[in-house]
Amino acid sequence: MKTPVKFLASAFVIAAAPALLSVASARADATIAVTLKNHKFSPSVIKVKANQPSMIVLSNDDDTADEFDSSSLKVEKVVPGHQKGNVRLRALAPGKYPFMGEYHAATAQGVVVAE
Amino acid sequence: MISALIIVFREVIEAGLIVGIVLAATAGVPTRSRYVVLGVGGGVFGACLVAAFAGELAGLFQGSGQEFFNASILLLAVCMLTWHNVWMASHGREMARELKAAGHQVKTGERTLAALAIVVGVAVLREGSEVVLFLYGIAAQGGTSATAMVAGGALGLAAGAGVSALMYFGLLTIPPGKLFQVTSGLITLLAAGMAAQAVIFLQNGGWLEYFTGTVWDTSWLIKEDSVTGRLLHTLVGYSEAPNGAQLIVYVATILAIMVLMRMVNQKQQPARIKHVRAT
Repeated sequence: MKTPVKFLASAFVIAAAPALLSVASARADATIAVTLKNHKFSPSVIKVKANQPSMIVLSNDDDTADEFDSSSLKVEKVVPGHQKGNVRLRALAPGKYPFMGEYHAATAQGVVVAE
Repeated sequence: MISALIIVFREVIEAGLIVGIVLAATAGVPTRSRYVVLGVGGGVFGACLVAAFAGELAGLFQGSGQEFFNASILLLAVCMLTWHNVWMASHGREMARELKAAGHQVKTGERTLAALAIVVGVAVLREGSEVVLFLYGIAAQGGTSATAMVAGGALGLAAGAGVSALMYFGLLTIPPGKLFQVTSGLITLLAAGMAAQAVIFLQNGGWLEYFTGTVWDTSWLIKEDSVTGRLLHTLVGYSEAPNGAQLIVYVATILAIMVLMRMVNQKQQPARIKHVRAT
């Protein structure tokens, strides 16, 4: 039963290869700076153009990590304390997309508005 | 304490469901508990490492290291689940037969157990690193007292373990003859869901940005954030608004596993007949 192992190994390599190759060609999207301080997002309402990809650069000014979490945006991104994290947003249909800082969900709430 | 309880439970439940399925899929293999313990232990250790080096990890690949890492370990788990199903399709039946008679097949059964231990490890690592970061954050702030945090975390852990046990004993009520079919079905869906999730991580990392448009939206029916949504997300890869790439990979994974299982099964049949004639 060596063959499936080999097959899976090669399948894995093939699957990962395009990802590795396209690293250099990462696109430059419209970026929006967002800060997380005292477990609150500012701005907490983020306006983006509909049907265009964009990127939130999240600066976590708190001492501890938080996770930018949104099921509607399909994002789960941990940003450690005093670091920045890139949150890529795909081209969004017009609408509201709530997000939160999962580790401090009581205060860390926000919404992306695509219009 | 409640927030610690909720978040730990939410993360542990996902790993717990996977552990429950793995335990049921390996019912009757005597050495399996060693592998599951190894998987959980390795996962917890890995979770602490990932949490400790979260900053370094995030900095890789132009800030997309975290996404690349998540996608990689998910794809690794998909490969291991596939291998398990394919291996069971070719050996499962003989194994079940010979287990009672001799038990020498158990040794070969350990290879697929190692694969499943990796799956358990990956599940624990992914969810565990979030728990570690979260609890560390609370501890560092001192907002909640340490004992309350530990109590909440422990309760969350116990509740997650309870879900794991429910899944396991629930599956064991299925008659042994059907259990293999059910667990391989569950594992196929688990693998497909993980593969689709890996696609999302790759897209968020800036790779594979194809077919990113939403195909349908069922958030009005089941929210992905709800308990039901989360359970379904873990078990069958439920997504409230899947995009094209997610769906393609989901369906392709299911098809690939089914075709591979059928292929080895057919290869097995003539060989067995020959063997019977020779003896």
